[in-house]
Amino acid sequence: MSPAKPGGNLKAQLRRAERLRKLKAIGLVAPLALFLIVVFVVPIGNMLWRSVDNTELDSVMPLTAEGLRHWDGSGLPDEATLAAFAAELRDSRQGGGLGRISRRLNYEDSRYRSLLMNTLRGLPTVDAVGPDTDWVATLTEIDPAWGETETWLGIQRTAPTTTDRYLLASLDLQRGTDGEIARVAERDRLYLSVFQRTLVIAGGVTLICLALGFPLAYLLATLPAKTSNMLMILVLLPFWTSLLVRTAAWIILLQSNGLVNQSLIFSGLIDSPLQLVFNRIGVFFAMVHILLPFMVLPLYSVMKGISPSYQRAAVSLGAHPFAAFWQVYVPQTISGVAAGTILVFIMALGYYITPALVGGPADQMVSYYVAYYTNTTNNWGMAAALGSLLLVVTLLLYLVYHRLVNRKQLIRS
Amino acid sequence: MTQQRFPLSRISRGIALGGLVSLGLAVSASAQALTVISFGGASGDAMQNAYYGPFTEETGIRLTPGDYNGELSRIRAMVETGNVSWDLVEMESPELVRGCFEGLFEPIDWQRLGLGSVLIDAAFDECGVGTFVWSTVLAYNADALDSAPTSWADFWDVEQFPGTRGLRRGAKYTLEFALMADGVAADEVYEVLRTDEGVDRAFAKLDEIKSHIQWWEAGAQPPQWLVSGDVAMTSAYNGRIAAAQEEGSNLEIVWNESIYDLDYWAIVAGSEHVDEAYAFIEFASQPENQAAYSSEIPYGPVHPEAIAQLDETQARRMPTYEENMIGALAIDTGFWVDHGEELEQRFSAWAAR
Amino acid sequence: MSLPPYASPVEKVWFWVFRIFCGLILLFLIAPVLVIVPLSFSSGSFLTYPLPGFSLRWYEAIFTSSAWMGALKNSLIVAPLATLLAMIFGTLAAVGLNRAEFPGKGLIVALLISPMVVPLVIVAVGMYFFFAQVGLLNSYTGLVLAHTVLGVPFVVITVNATLQGFDFNQVRAGASLGANPMRVFFTIVLPQIVPGVVSGGLFAFATSFDEVVVALFIASPTERTLPIQMFSGIRENISPAIAAMATILILISTLLLVTMELLRRRSERLKGGAGV
Repeated sequence: MSPAKPGGNLKAQLRRAERLRKLKAIGLVAPLALFLIVVFVVPIGNMLWRSVDNTELDSVMPLTAEGLRHWDGSGLPDEATLAAFAAELRDSRQGGGLGRISRRLNYEDSRYRSLLMNTLRGLPTVDAVGPDTDWVATLTEIDPAWGETETWLGIQRTAPTTTDRYLLASLDLQRGTDGEIARVAERDRLYLSVFQRTLVIAGGVTLICLALGFPLAYLLATLPAKTSNMLMILVLLPFWTSLLVRTAAWIILLQSNGLVNQSLIFSGLIDSPLQLVFNRIGVFFAMVHILLPFMVLPLYSVMKGISPSYQRAAVSLGAHPFAAFWQVYVPQTISGVAAGTILVFIMALGYYITPALVGGPADQMVSYYVAYYTNTTNNWGMAAALGSLLLVVTLLLYLVYHRLVNRKQLIRS
Repeated sequence: MTQQRFPLSRISRGIALGGLVSLGLAVSASAQALTVISFGGASGDAMQNAYYGPFTEETGIRLTPGDYNGELSRIRAMVETGNVSWDLVEMESPELVRGCFEGLFEPIDWQRLGLGSVLIDAAFDECGVGTFVWSTVLAYNADALDSAPTSWADFWDVEQFPGTRGLRRGAKYTLEFALMADGVAADEVYEVLRTDEGVDRAFAKLDEIKSHIQWWEAGAQPPQWLVSGDVAMTSAYNGRIAAAQEEGSNLEIVWNESIYDLDYWAIVAGSEHVDEAYAFIEFASQPENQAAYSSEIPYGPVHPEAIAQLDETQARRMPTYEENMIGALAIDTGFWVDHGEELEQRFSAWAAR
Repeated sequence: MSLPPYASPVEKVWFWVFRIFCGLILLFLIAPVLVIVPLSFSSGSFLTYPLPGFSLRWYEAIFTSSAWMGALKNSLIVAPLATLLAMIFGTLAAVGLNRAEFPGKGLIVALLISPMVVPLVIVAVGMYFFFAQVGLLNSYTGLVLAHTVLGVPFVVITVNATLQGFDFNQVRAGASLGANPMRVFFTIVLPQIVPGVVSGGLFAFATSFDEVVVALFIASPTERTLPIQMFSGIRENISPAIAAMATILILISTLLLVTMELLRRRSERLKGGAGV
């Protein structure tokens, strides 16, 4: 502010002008912000919610759910609940409701689907039932399972409107009947190893990218501009080329009669083709190829700004060139290394298409299971729970990235 | 700065307006045609030639073909949210029954179809009209093997028949094959699989060759892999192998211990083109059209007259040919309806390790 | 970097080892492009070298295939519309961000950039649920909106970068001379930030034109885009037709790259200094 104290009137005017400017600025940003909130934030929030959502029974069979919530868990639920259950089961086929509850109940016990199916077929017609129908007898006659407390307890567990079962399951945990959290049976354990595998693949890809990207960026930054611009095209062309094109190319290159195997056999290094694709090797080849430019470009832009004189000074003062490089040059590149490394790691964490096309079943990362549960089994709770965990990890890493790469480089604040 | 000031304003406004108008057009143009979803690949090509093209030509009803991998999930999402954009889907039997139970399909009104009861019995279902019989078989590249395998036990024998194996990435068929390889007779497979020990036994058998397996997902992959030498033998859909044989590769089919199933047409509940869908099903069930389909790809027709129209060489390649039925096994739809999801889950956990 | 005349033998060896290593990395980067282009001109139906002969049959195959052409048409509907929306929303927002300080700006910036950060599969699943509820699943509108979300951060970032040197006093000057805000924007602001808008738009276009994950979830066969067609083609059957389409896509990406490079040079010239 100017040291001279302006008149009160002018000050108010200035303040008003400033406020108007602010409002205009907000008005310009608002359309995009609102658009993103509606089409991006709300959907993702909606998905996060589904990781604890347990409203299947409550929405398809509201009366049954209500009755079971009040049941003390001994003997059988009261006649009114059973009658409501029978009536709601009969109507549940509308709009896929039956599918939703049988899927949900099957997570508790895989007998429920066929139990519901048989019961629905065996239910007496609407005209044949009245207020004095004995539902315990009617249902037990269709299937004796309805006379067991255990059957109803299983349904009762699905009556609350939220659950932690999916989040627990994505950490290979479950609640026993007593409510205690315990690890799932050995043969069903999967997700901890999937998360571990995701980190290993993403970490491995990042390290390889750094090992390849650092020297390449160094070369590009130190060559004369004309040569380096030419070579830069070799980095930028793949960068702009469709991910699917590159993935297809790697399958063609690496398959058993592909160019790589052909040349290895021709050169006499191997006798029979190596298995290079549909396994971990293929995943690494394709992912490193796709992500390498994201390492090279930030490194290059940092290295471009480093003056060679320090290194020269160190050499002229008697330092060994390697020592000068390592002790003088490399430390100046740290911000680029950090930016490239975290950028590549974050991107690699979410990979789905490339491992799906060039990997085998043991090379799939978290994203694959999110897609699998959504597209193949409709277990939306599991998809959302795995997705939420992946999102949390990614956002945490992004925060770190944000701290390291000064925000001012991205947006003037 | 003056030299770069070109008359952008009018142009940009024009572009913006044009964009909005064409957005509106694109939305309203999202076709009012019958959407038919099949498994695609060679079978989809055959359907294009035998059904889709001729159907549009005859009735003038426009048709949008699409393909998928047989999962119910997309249909569920559409029905449960009331946004149905698929009209007619090709379904395998366990998914058909499961979806029918969940109310995902329109029940079939057989009167309206006007087919009488000419089709083979298995073609009649509450929610589906059978359209062809297909089979999952053991296939191998005769150029790559010294002797011919004859059973799943041979498939498991990596000593005598070295090389990578291909199997479908899923529990269905895979578990049955494992049990047959372990010595269970074809007609007892589902009995054994219904017990927990039976399932464990199947997975234990799969463990034996896990490191030799390359898993396929799309039906076109097994013949490609056989031809390219990626695998020595594989499970495969018989029609896809036949298509590769026609292109001159030396692939062979083992019919013994194969598993056959019917594919059905089902109308998605809430479809806005039910009339057109019925017209299509009726068209696709006519003997001459079925014969046309089966002469493109060797899947057995369900219309007896269509079977009669096929010549001996064509019929020989069908799962329905008498000799091919020896030792073959019909899929147990009920078993997969009840246990499918839990076994697929366990399979995917097993395969991922 | 060149070898100084006083280099020791060790340094000389190291110099050449380093160069060869970098050459191999560059070969690794460009190899897929080099391999797939010749295969598209193969006369045979297998993707192996040596080529049995030269032919354009696979180009003919895709240009006469209703599946490929339908997919291309869909991509050419969706990508430009998404790009246009992203350019409009993104440019306005970037101008707003540079116009004044206001509370919560840091948060807003994070929001605007977040579609670049969140894993695609999560965006896809979220939109799948949400679009199903509001009736946008399996529609062009849904696809355009989704791709706008994915492309818009690029526009915000590039326009923002061009605005760094922009003097907002020009806007005030324009306004004081009686121009209305629309006119000020189109005659003063836009011409100066055009390189940023266009390069952001190119990024947004490339994003939509190559986006497969979200499209796989929310598009039905009617809206099948080129990347979905490529994806199922790669999965089903990698024929030389895929290589032909890949070659066409490489051609498009080369065009994008060249345009981008020209824009970069132009803005560098205008800034009058060396930039990245």
